[in-house]
Amino acid sequence: MINEKIIVAGFGGQGVLSLGQFIAYSAIHEGKEVTWLPAYGPEMRGGTANCSVVVSDETVASPIISIPDTLIAMNKPSLYKFVDRVKPGGVIIVNSSLITDKVERTDVKVLYVDAGALAIAAGNAKTANIVVLGAYIKATGVITKESAIAAIEKKFSDKPKVIPANIKAFELGYNIE
Amino acid sequence: MSERELMKGNEAIAEAAIRGGCRFFFGYPITPQNEIPEYMSARLPEVGGVFIQAESEVSAINMVYGAAGVGARAMTSSSSPGISLKQEGISYIAGAELPCVIVNMVRCGPGLGGIQPSQGDYFQSVKGGGHGDYRMLVYGPSTVQEAVELAYSAFDKAEQYRLPVMILGDGMLGQIMEPVSLPEMKDISKLPRKEWAADGSHIGADRKIINSLYIEPDILEAMNIKLNNVYIDMSKNEVMCEEYLCDDAEIIITAYGTVGRIAKSSVQMLRKEGIKAGLIRPITLYPFPTQVYAKHVARAELKNILCVELSIAGQMIEDVRLSVDGKKPVSYFGRGGGNVMSAEDIVKVIKEGR
Repeated sequence: MINEKIIVAGFGGQGVLSLGQFIAYSAIHEGKEVTWLPAYGPEMRGGTANCSVVVSDETVASPIISIPDTLIAMNKPSLYKFVDRVKPGGVIIVNSSLITDKVERTDVKVLYVDAGALAIAAGNAKTANIVVLGAYIKATGVITKESAIAAIEKKFSDKPKVIPANIKAFELGYNIE
Repeated sequence: MSERELMKGNEAIAEAAIRGGCRFFFGYPITPQNEIPEYMSARLPEVGGVFIQAESEVSAINMVYGAAGVGARAMTSSSSPGISLKQEGISYIAGAELPCVIVNMVRCGPGLGGIQPSQGDYFQSVKGGGHGDYRMLVYGPSTVQEAVELAYSAFDKAEQYRLPVMILGDGMLGQIMEPVSLPEMKDISKLPRKEWAADGSHIGADRKIINSLYIEPDILEAMNIKLNNVYIDMSKNEVMCEEYLCDDAEIIITAYGTVGRIAKSSVQMLRKEGIKAGLIRPITLYPFPTQVYAKHVARAELKNILCVELSIAGQMIEDVRLSVDGKKPVSYFGRGGGNVMSAEDIVKVIKEGR
């Protein structure tokens, strides 16, 4: 049974909250249950932002995550804030465009994603969060690639011009060795 | 019911209220409920409704009073400090026997406090935050879907009993996104005519007066008795409560709203370890599900009840203790200031035998 707890954290403006929402939309697309809870506050571009996403086969009771299965850290303060809380055997995805440090823990699977460079390669620097979405889907298998692409297409249905770059960003993230 | 879509609690409540017949919304901004007026401002004009951003909370609740007085389905929402400002108007609405819906997405207090989730407005909501002998029907939804269902029927209940209905959420419920199925739009043109409404249709016949002033003691006492009979009637018919794995429970956690769902995870974790835990989650906070507690405290195997709230001193615990009536020990665990306990925190409290 799937019961995946994800914390996505970074600077405001990096698409941290929307990355969490893409995971949530993907989960709904395949009939799973999900909660998306933002840490809200006087948030702004450049401030800190994070959200907790729980994906489950059953109705989600608590949306509060104390021990995440997966941490997606888009900046250095976020990595250090949450790194020790990740469940042993869990996954940490590090945005290596901004974080040059290496994760010292050896009991977790760590994936370094140069999200900024890959987003530029995809043709739109704003797609860095979608690169990470691709890497996340590949690394955990909680949600299928098809659901994630369907979520991207649905979310951008009012701005179809940006869909190709986002799909390319997703593929680049998904295909990281 | 529609296909499931991902919606924020605040927006889902607003849409559900509109589908339940809300056509007038009067509000004033405050975090963490701003998505309700934002959504209403865009959506109400689409259904022929009216949205007004008032100059203050006091003004907003009195606009609700006026619209309700002519029989419209009117609503306001705010968060704790704003709800405090509305209390005078809520008391007048209760005194004038008018239906309306009020949403409080609670933040921390006292005073301006903070903008994070809290359950510190329980007393204010269920014991009468304004002056005088009155009650409201108070709901404490736990999930976005439950909030949708309660908001959808809230106007029907408010009109049935002719009193304010409060949906008591918190910042977490307002901000969380979950999949929801939305109910069908109600056809409000088919609603029965409100004989008491001062809608101008009685001109030349019997005058309809919306008022809460009764100078003569005997007349006011009769009014108080009439209102109390409504509250007694409501207490017989409207109590809602979730009982989860309680039948063989040795420990019962009791919590409402978002804390209720966190506690549900704790029960699941404790059960996996073989500890017989259960959950009593009041859905109506007034009327309070006293009988549910009375039923379970009569069982010999029940050892302890733990009340969990986002409040340091505890508020609902007083109603829990009244319901338990000294028949079992009731202990307490709370967090405050906007800090929210995890399911693991509650499990730890139970294992430490607090």
